[in-house]
Amino acid sequence: MAAPPTPAGAAGVNGTAGAAGTTLSPAVAAIRVPFVNRLAGIVLILPGVLWLALFFLAPLVIILVVSLGTRDAGGHITLANPGVQNYIQATRPEYLPAFANSLRYAGITTILSILIGYPIAYWISRFGGRQKILLLILVMLPFWTSYLIRTYAWMIILRDNGVLNSILQAVGLTNDPIVFLNTDFSVILGMTYGFLPFAILPLFVSIDRMDHHLVEAARDLFASGRAAFLHVTLPLTMPGIIAAALLTFIPAIGDYVTPDLLGGAQTTTIAKIVQVLFTSGRDWPYGSALGFLLMVVTLAGTLLALRTLRREVLA
Amino acid sequence: MNRGGNRWLTAFALLIYAFLFAPIVVLIVFSFNISRRNFVWLGFTTDWYPKLFANQSLTDALGVTLQVAAIAVVGSTILGSLLGLGLARLKFRGSGATETLILLPMVTPEIIMGISLLIFFAQLFGQNGSLGQIAIAHVTFCISYVAVTVRARAAGMDPRLEEAARDLGASARGAFWHVTLPLIAPAVAAGAMLAFALSFDDLVITSFNTGVGSTTLPVEIYSAIKLGVSPQINAISTIIVAVVSIALLIAWRLGAFRTERGSMVVEDAPPA
Repeated sequence: MAAPPTPAGAAGVNGTAGAAGTTLSPAVAAIRVPFVNRLAGIVLILPGVLWLALFFLAPLVIILVVSLGTRDAGGHITLANPGVQNYIQATRPEYLPAFANSLRYAGITTILSILIGYPIAYWISRFGGRQKILLLILVMLPFWTSYLIRTYAWMIILRDNGVLNSILQAVGLTNDPIVFLNTDFSVILGMTYGFLPFAILPLFVSIDRMDHHLVEAARDLFASGRAAFLHVTLPLTMPGIIAAALLTFIPAIGDYVTPDLLGGAQTTTIAKIVQVLFTSGRDWPYGSALGFLLMVVTLAGTLLALRTLRREVLA
Repeated sequence: MNRGGNRWLTAFALLIYAFLFAPIVVLIVFSFNISRRNFVWLGFTTDWYPKLFANQSLTDALGVTLQVAAIAVVGSTILGSLLGLGLARLKFRGSGATETLILLPMVTPEIIMGISLLIFFAQLFGQNGSLGQIAIAHVTFCISYVAVTVRARAAGMDPRLEEAARDLGASARGAFWHVTLPLIAPAVAAGAMLAFALSFDDLVITSFNTGVGSTTLPVEIYSAIKLGVSPQINAISTIIVAVVSIALLIAWRLGAFRTERGSMVVEDAPPA
């Protein structure tokens, strides 16, 4: 999404997954709906559903259709010889690094976001006191404001004559500027910075919901601090960890802005190739095939996470 | 409580807060820097700000951005609020599928939504980047956020309030206008602010659906950034950060970031 998934999104994911284990709200429990209400229901639900079916679902189907097509001599899309040639082309060895990069960047970003986000979320929940909400807003607020601009800020900091190198040279740690920009380091830093807040929110929600008396009970029964964390806190907050992984991984794997601005020309990812194919490259059928593969990877990850989540909630 | 662990944790937390804010502070500070090359501090100036308004392509882009945002806010707020209300109040066959349909746009990578709408409009309607096309795209990705926000509020609302109004002789329509709507109004407003922030800020989906004469501000900034760092970009970025922060702050005060069970801890909320 515009800003990648958001607290509202986190709430949605948590809500759906949690629904199995929680009681239905009174409004939803009113199962017997009189006819008039049913009519009202159609008026309420139908416009939005139709809109999403037309402008969200239908375009997705079209991607799949176009991905089976080819370009004719004039560069137009043709479905004269539909087939999977674009998908076969996608498996050629020269595209492997792009797939590998996409998965590697998204994977490392997800892991880092959880490793950094968990202690922060825990700290806010346990020690935030009356300032809890404020501390959470402080984490979220700047990060809702333009992913593009935040990425740009890292360009100012990381480039050869940027802020970081100026500081390092001023304190004498290095004479020649260190190359930070256009490396794996800068891409992963930029992505982790960008998506960390989307990990912190679901982590906070699940840590905050946890009954802390359970940890105290474990300690009373002579569990060490570490054991109490590993055997009580961690399992109980696993739904939050899974949701956080999901909300970081999805925008990270589809992100082409960070690899483009902080990774430079030589860094390829699938999302970046798709972007080029649809703008300057103008090979839409092939771009659609790569896009479709990207979506399959994302959806598979989402389903896997949701299934694990459901199992955790029901367990 | 483990005091020592607490201290380390606090130190770590403060460090991360610094990490989170430092780039934004740097960005804002350097928007006031005299140096054109923008890497050493040469002195304070506000010159870059007026220069923005003399930049025709930037002001044009701002105009497009605001028009698109206006359509996106109105469209997604109406459709999303109705959806949210319907989902919270009615249990019907297919409500599970509807919920999934609302969640899907939130878990679909932006680039996929961008290219799918591009192909959709180009192949079916011969459209290639009109303002209307961008506006439709923005309505589409904003609906879910409004719906989720409104549903959370409506689900937390006591349905007996409406029943009481009906018992006291209100018509179904009267009960809706005088009871239900005022109760969900803050969530509707919050959803609208959220939609504004999302629309104003969107780069990825827009960049695939933009055309000649329909360049939005983020798209314009992106192409400027590709040419290199400049204090003008810092200045416009500072303004955007301010505008979006204010929109989100208002959305927050109106309760946009509450989860369904109100678990963003209503009882701990700072006094209004």
